[in-house]
Amino acid sequence: MNYVETLIYIFLGISVAFNLLGSFALLRFPDVYTRLHGATKCTTFGTIFAVFAVVTHALYQLHRTGDSKYLQMALHSFIALIALLLTNPTGAHAIAKAAHLSGVKPVRAVVDAYEEKLGGGSE
Amino acid sequence: MNAVDLDMLIQAIILLGVLITAYLTIRYRDLLSAALASAAMSLLLSLEFYTLHAPDVAIAEAAVGAGVVTAVVVYGIAKTERWESEAP
Amino acid sequence: MMAFFYAMVLVGIAGLISVLRLILGPTVPDRVVGVDTLNTLVVAGMVLLGAAYDRTIYIDIAIVYALLSYIGTLVIAKYLQGGLA
Repeated sequence: MNYVETLIYIFLGISVAFNLLGSFALLRFPDVYTRLHGATKCTTFGTIFAVFAVVTHALYQLHRTGDSKYLQMALHSFIALIALLLTNPTGAHAIAKAAHLSGVKPVRAVVDAYEEKLGGGSE
Repeated sequence: MNAVDLDMLIQAIILLGVLITAYLTIRYRDLLSAALASAAMSLLLSLEFYTLHAPDVAIAEAAVGAGVVTAVVVYGIAKTERWESEAP
Repeated sequence: MMAFFYAMVLVGIAGLISVLRLILGPTVPDRVVGVDTLNTLVVAGMVLLGAAYDRTIYIDIAIVYALLSYIGTLVIAKYLQGGLA
């Protein structure tokens, strides 16, 4: 086992650990906003490291065999990562705003600044 | 375990998820939750087609099932009503 | 490499846990959060399986899926905040 395979194993370990932590956050947290916070951040971070593992594997195979399909694999998985990084936080913001406007309040919140902004701004 | 056994294990996990979400789709009385369960079933079915080495069917299922069907069903719920009434 | 298959099995178990939130969730935004997490996990699984099967074309489905699964989430969020109808 050389250094590159050890690096791929480390990346896959970080990816799987953060994906499982995100799912347990979705199961264990008390209300919508904390679930959204834990799940979205942890699964996005885990997916970043899954794509890093695939890119490292593809570049190592490109160096070893010289086949150009591995370069295509590395570039396309990087494009998939960019698409995911653009769309995932936007969706999370939309869900949080929609949940607050549809009447679901935070459970143990001390201060709710968005509620004060809505109440003070329009009325 | 070799690659074929692990492939079978992955397909068993995905098909268990398909079965659970398909049951939820026909059981929910809240039609918005039923639309969400339908979107999740289409998502897992697309991953199953991917695992069966049919990438063109997986692209069609992803484009139609996840994007268009959910949007059309939610527009329909917005135009009519959200809760399913009791059967006469 | 076999490690990608083992990673995909664990990502699938994480997906089943987020399906459990789709079953349990008391309100509709909880279920939307569960489906959104499942979208991200499926994109990660598609990238991992594309490297495990050693096929380059399969990675493109992950790009299409990451760009299209966003429409459903946005339409449901817009319905929940009263934008449609």
